[in-house]
Amino acid sequence: MELNLLVFCYLLGSVTFIVGLKMLSNPVSARNGNLVAAAGMFVAILGTIFLYEDEGKKLGNYGWIFSALVIGTVIGTLMAKRVKMTAMPEMVSLFNGMGGACAALISVIEFRHLMHGYDPATYASNGYSFFSSLDGTTMLIIFLGLIIGSVSFSGSMIAWGKLNGKIKDFAFKGQHIINLVILLLNVAIAAFIIIARPEETPLFFYAIILLSILYGVFFVLPIGGADMPVVISLLNSFTGVAAACGGFLYDNKVMLTGGILVGAAGTLLTMLMCKAMNRSLSNVLIGSFGGGNAAAGAAGPQGGTYKEISLSDAAVVMSYANKVMIVPGYGLAVAQAQHICHELEKTLEAKGVEVKYAIHPVAGRMPGHMNVLLAEADVSYEKLLEMELANEEFKSTDVVLILGANDVVNPAAKSDPSSPIYGMPILEVEQAKHVIVNKRSMKPGYAGIENQLFFQPKTSMLFGDAKKALQDLLAEVRSI
Amino acid sequence: MNQILNWIAAHQEMAYIVILMIFVGIEIIGKVPSVLHTPLMSGANAIHGVVIIGAIIVMGQAEEGNAIALVLGFLAVILGTLNVVGGFVVTDRMLEMFKKKK
Repeated sequence: MELNLLVFCYLLGSVTFIVGLKMLSNPVSARNGNLVAAAGMFVAILGTIFLYEDEGKKLGNYGWIFSALVIGTVIGTLMAKRVKMTAMPEMVSLFNGMGGACAALISVIEFRHLMHGYDPATYASNGYSFFSSLDGTTMLIIFLGLIIGSVSFSGSMIAWGKLNGKIKDFAFKGQHIINLVILLLNVAIAAFIIIARPEETPLFFYAIILLSILYGVFFVLPIGGADMPVVISLLNSFTGVAAACGGFLYDNKVMLTGGILVGAAGTLLTMLMCKAMNRSLSNVLIGSFGGGNAAAGAAGPQGGTYKEISLSDAAVVMSYANKVMIVPGYGLAVAQAQHICHELEKTLEAKGVEVKYAIHPVAGRMPGHMNVLLAEADVSYEKLLEMELANEEFKSTDVVLILGANDVVNPAAKSDPSSPIYGMPILEVEQAKHVIVNKRSMKPGYAGIENQLFFQPKTSMLFGDAKKALQDLLAEVRSI
Repeated sequence: MNQILNWIAAHQEMAYIVILMIFVGIEIIGKVPSVLHTPLMSGANAIHGVVIIGAIIVMGQAEEGNAIALVLGFLAVILGTLNVVGGFVVTDRMLEMFKKKK
């Protein structure tokens, strides 16, 4: 009866993962979807602790298990609740790494278990048949879980470091070759152990751990910070596969379901994120900004003269406009000016100006960054237009106010094949009557390139920190 | 060749689950608006924390004297819990921002 109850728990868990994930793909049901999946996970975990049986033996060491659960819950909750909204992607990466490490550790323990009763001499005399010996397949699964888990762990740690600025981009010549060699060596050693079962197997095993960790590090190190969300999504699906390996190992259906679901969904999500940036995955993984910058340098900045606009003029042109579109960018997030922005929006609307927001899919540091930022400031989410919708409205827009966004409004993406952002769809702000750009200085944005938009006749610059500039602008608008 | 077929036949339920889950995963992600990419990634992150079940099993089966298995198992459960709890809480925080305001 108990074993059947456990089967039911796992079935329930699997269903909640699927339903929860489905609900997460819709803004209205997303929050509940998360709760549904969490509930299923809870049931599966409790079921395992109290109902799991292997050859009639239940699980022991309850004291250890519960203390570990409590410690993990306390630390995890504190970390997740305390961190700033802008640090969310790094937390996703950090927790992903934890999952990968967990999978790797499971493999280590199971491997030691397997090696316990093993004698190289008898195996050699029985022939080397791979599939007919359970050991071979089990070993393969253990190695897969180990390698993928370790790569995911170290890669996620590096991604975490990059996103909170502790680790800089680092690329060296021939590193892709070196990384490929590391990978091949890793696979070769694993295959060697499975087939030949040498005496020094434990040594080789630790070598695999080391090589995997190294691979993960070198895999993520050269990739630029703006591409991190894509990498994290990829590593996310890796950890899913590592979890699935655990499922194979224990013939555990809920681990298998959850693992493969995340592996597949994560992979597709990664490709979708790449599509939104109009870059291929391989392009992202090769750390393209490292290569692209040289080309951009050679093409040379055309530069030119730019116009500045005074606060009072900006206030006037916006207050008497029919329609204003605000383009938020990373600068808005850095200045934490989203609340003032909302104030400005409300003040303008009170004057009869229609105000909307144009959200580029990769504005800020992660997809949805701007949405989260503006939602935090209580901006109604009907006012946030996705790029395609926004682009249709620019021609009927009087004033575009760009707040700390740069690359997402750079026309070079359409016109300059040598630009590193060439091909990326952008917000077509030049179709509006006026463009006002708020930045701290003329320094380039994330892609490190010049933006011809700033020198066009319809554009004027409004320099200053977004928060201060908006506060001053708001004061001016109120006095009209 | 025969051995491969034998292996798949012996584990056919798992083969079906893997294949079906791949299709389900792809179907679900099909029409996600880009604004939800990050919360979705975070939710998926929490779900793969199901690997903690393996850690619990390993920990639960470790014998009294096996210090290394106990310590590593302990660590593994903590890491798995961090993934699960941290993952779901972070996702919830991201989604808090999508509450409809009156």
